[in-house]
Amino acid sequence: MAATSELAAEAERLAPAALAGPAGLGRQLVADRTALAGLVIVTVVLVGALAAPALAPHDPDVQDVLHRLQPPSAKHLLGTDQLGRDELSRILHGARVSVFTALAVGLAILLVGLVVGMLSGLAGGLVDGLIMRLVDVLLAFPSLLLALAVVGTLGPGLLHLALAMTAVWWVDYARLVRGLVLAVKERPFVEATRAQGAGGLRIAARHVLPNIASPVIVLATLQTARLLLALAALSFLGLGVGPPTAEWGSMLNDGKDFLADAPQLMLWPGLAITITALGLNLLGDGLRDVLDPNLR
Amino acid sequence: MSAPLLAVEDLTVTFATARGPIEAVRGVSFSVAPGERVGVAGRSGSGKTVSALSITGLLAPTARVSGTMRFAGGDAGGPRSRERRALRGRHIGMIFQDPLSSLNPTLTVGAQIAEPLRAHMHLSRAAARSQAVDLLGQVGLPDANRNVDEYPHRFSGGMRQRAMIAMALACEPTLVIADEPTTALDVTIQAQILELLVEQCEQRDTALLLITHDLGVLAGVAQRIVVMHEGRIVEEAAVDDLFRRPGHPYTAAMLADLALPRRTQADGGRRTPPLLEVTDLTKAFPIVRGEAVRRTVGAVRALDGVSLTVEEGRTLGIVGESGCGKSTLARCILRLVEPSSGGVSFAGRDVLDCDRRELRALRREMQMVFQDPFGSLDPRMTVQQILAEPLQIHGVARSRRARFKRVAELLAMVGLEPEHAARHPRAFSGGQRQRIGIARALATEPALLVLDEPVSSLDVTTRAQILALLEDLQARLGLSYVFVAHDLSLVRSISHRVAVMYLGRIVEIAGRDELFEHPEHPYTQALLSAVPVPDPVRERRRRRIALRGEVQAATVTARGCRFAPRCPRAQPRCTAEDPALLPTRADDHRAACFFPGPAAIHEEVA
Repeated sequence: MAATSELAAEAERLAPAALAGPAGLGRQLVADRTALAGLVIVTVVLVGALAAPALAPHDPDVQDVLHRLQPPSAKHLLGTDQLGRDELSRILHGARVSVFTALAVGLAILLVGLVVGMLSGLAGGLVDGLIMRLVDVLLAFPSLLLALAVVGTLGPGLLHLALAMTAVWWVDYARLVRGLVLAVKERPFVEATRAQGAGGLRIAARHVLPNIASPVIVLATLQTARLLLALAALSFLGLGVGPPTAEWGSMLNDGKDFLADAPQLMLWPGLAITITALGLNLLGDGLRDVLDPNLR
Repeated sequence: MSAPLLAVEDLTVTFATARGPIEAVRGVSFSVAPGERVGVAGRSGSGKTVSALSITGLLAPTARVSGTMRFAGGDAGGPRSRERRALRGRHIGMIFQDPLSSLNPTLTVGAQIAEPLRAHMHLSRAAARSQAVDLLGQVGLPDANRNVDEYPHRFSGGMRQRAMIAMALACEPTLVIADEPTTALDVTIQAQILELLVEQCEQRDTALLLITHDLGVLAGVAQRIVVMHEGRIVEEAAVDDLFRRPGHPYTAAMLADLALPRRTQADGGRRTPPLLEVTDLTKAFPIVRGEAVRRTVGAVRALDGVSLTVEEGRTLGIVGESGCGKSTLARCILRLVEPSSGGVSFAGRDVLDCDRRELRALRREMQMVFQDPFGSLDPRMTVQQILAEPLQIHGVARSRRARFKRVAELLAMVGLEPEHAARHPRAFSGGQRQRIGIARALATEPALLVLDEPVSSLDVTTRAQILALLEDLQARLGLSYVFVAHDLSLVRSISHRVAVMYLGRIVEIAGRDELFEHPEHPYTQALLSAVPVPDPVRERRRRRIALRGEVQAATVTARGCRFAPRCPRAQPRCTAEDPALLPTRADDHRAACFFPGPAAIHEEVA
């Protein structure tokens, strides 16, 4: 037994310091090439979205019908759309809607899933059984279809879309978190804390949560990428924001009628979506490698 | 000595790590004669396992190995050569420490024994299987014909180690290397396995290289001992000479660690008021069957009517094999596990009657130290946070400053430095982590510590240090201990009174010296006789009380004495009636046996 634990200690000591705190984490993300690529892409997209009003050369909603469907030029770097609006400005402003909605919904489902999953895992018994059956039902239902149905009932619009997605997407987190909680709950330090006289809340917040954080953070980045795609798909179907607001999914939809004459109208929002999703995925994979060296 | 079977010359092993190369073995030379039993002893990190693995060529690719090795007169090739691989399994058998993780859980035991037979001896499937059954029979596995088709998880630790031995012996190797083969086993099973190893090697004239951190194990097994320290051989001697006149101070220190001093005074006439009283404590775990419809089909009695008292400032040792319920007892006392029935009273208060708030207050005064120093500290917290937590829970040191001060005090109390507070548990060794665990338990100034195997996962030297610390703390703070262990020598070192448990019951309880000098219960006697004595002469002459089989689970329906199926003294009455825990030699020496008394000569046939 002595030698086994010795080895475990050695392995832990040699393992890249996944627990080294934010500074160490940042350094390792930069050292990991995949993660660095993801980090750069995501940062560029976020800065573009945040600074859109300053960066955009034109007002994204001002129409100039005389100069519609123009190819890229010095004045309009990415050309203009069917109403003569500057495509680059619309992509930049569209990022504010598409990316921020994905982030907001991502955060919402993370919180719901985290709370429900921890409750399920920590409470166990009947509570756990009921929650998990609900999760099973939601998982068995195609989530996009369910979101469609919700939006269909409430009417289209960004807020409704966000609510609909929050209602169905938290289940992945709940499942993951519950599994992680069940594993952490059995670890000896949790019993040791209980022996100190600690209550359930302290154990959940100070011991269980920090020890399940890494996989949850990884899932969060990957989920945000999926959300971005799903939101774009629903907007493409006309269930998201209405005109004239710039949004990548609805821009795709607008562009599809002019595919033959101005393919760039679909190319730009499509590329924006793809690159952002790719960046998030790369960042997620990189985070996984850095936070959980065992999976490498 | 005739021509050696194995000759290792100037073996050096270097590991490339992120922090530069580490020399694990530095210029080691030794040899093993045909049929000879050689022990390699050393503390963890001394390079003993790395040396053995390099003989078989099983080292990780990051290892750089130099030196030469000759086997049976021929050059054994480089560490990763084909010659070396051909030796492995065919001429050199390996037995590893952890029989659970060294057996493949997806293959039957029989298939795993058959594997080398088919690979090296080119036996047919049927022939290999029947050979596997033979081998399992030879290593003393009951019902070999049926067990050959079982999967490893159905085996107990002792059975798995027997299967490992069968596997190692399958191709009739001329050398068997056993790396800590009994470290994970109970003392009675350890005795069985060591005996089996010696017997099998003698029968086959197989040489044995036994690697261990416990010199006591080698006394009765090895003929020659090589002592390693920091990658070098510091001493090599015949077993008798080594134990009688250790030539190197390091060897002497290792021997001294084995003989744990009995600092604690035995229970004299002095009586102190009882602090903890446990009466008729019972814990039954239901056995549940069925997937969709779950129903209870029975219960395992982990605790079955346990009564004991612990006096102020005293230590009660609780000893027994794994599965005897000693850990459950420790947890029931603190209500980390809810007992099914019975009573626990602490300083006059009824522990089982407490509501949540009262229980929390009570936990300030009764604390626990856990077995696993690696798992019982939250890896995400610093030592400061870990030690401050109980203070925050109980509102002891309310200001940040007061907590810092108290944490520094606690660290000093357990022999650590104040600057250790900023580090995470992973920066510490096993012994240091256990010190942190003890400091955490002491944070709220408890009166009682329940220690569940606190030193079992530590090596012999660290073990002695932690025990000394515990004794010192008891003397300074007037603490009472419930000290749970499977190792009799540990219990003997630290306890005032000792209770021996078997399958959920206390079978014997007495003052420490009384129990060790005059054991009355046959189970206690068997346990005592299984402890290896660090004296080769006495060890060879000694007769062990053979215990049949291993501990089985106690279901509620079982009648009679729990120990009867393994007891050398069992009579028809033993399986019909339950023996009560009654006074034997003295009022406070009680044993639950119909036929107590000193072990008779006829029982002592090993």
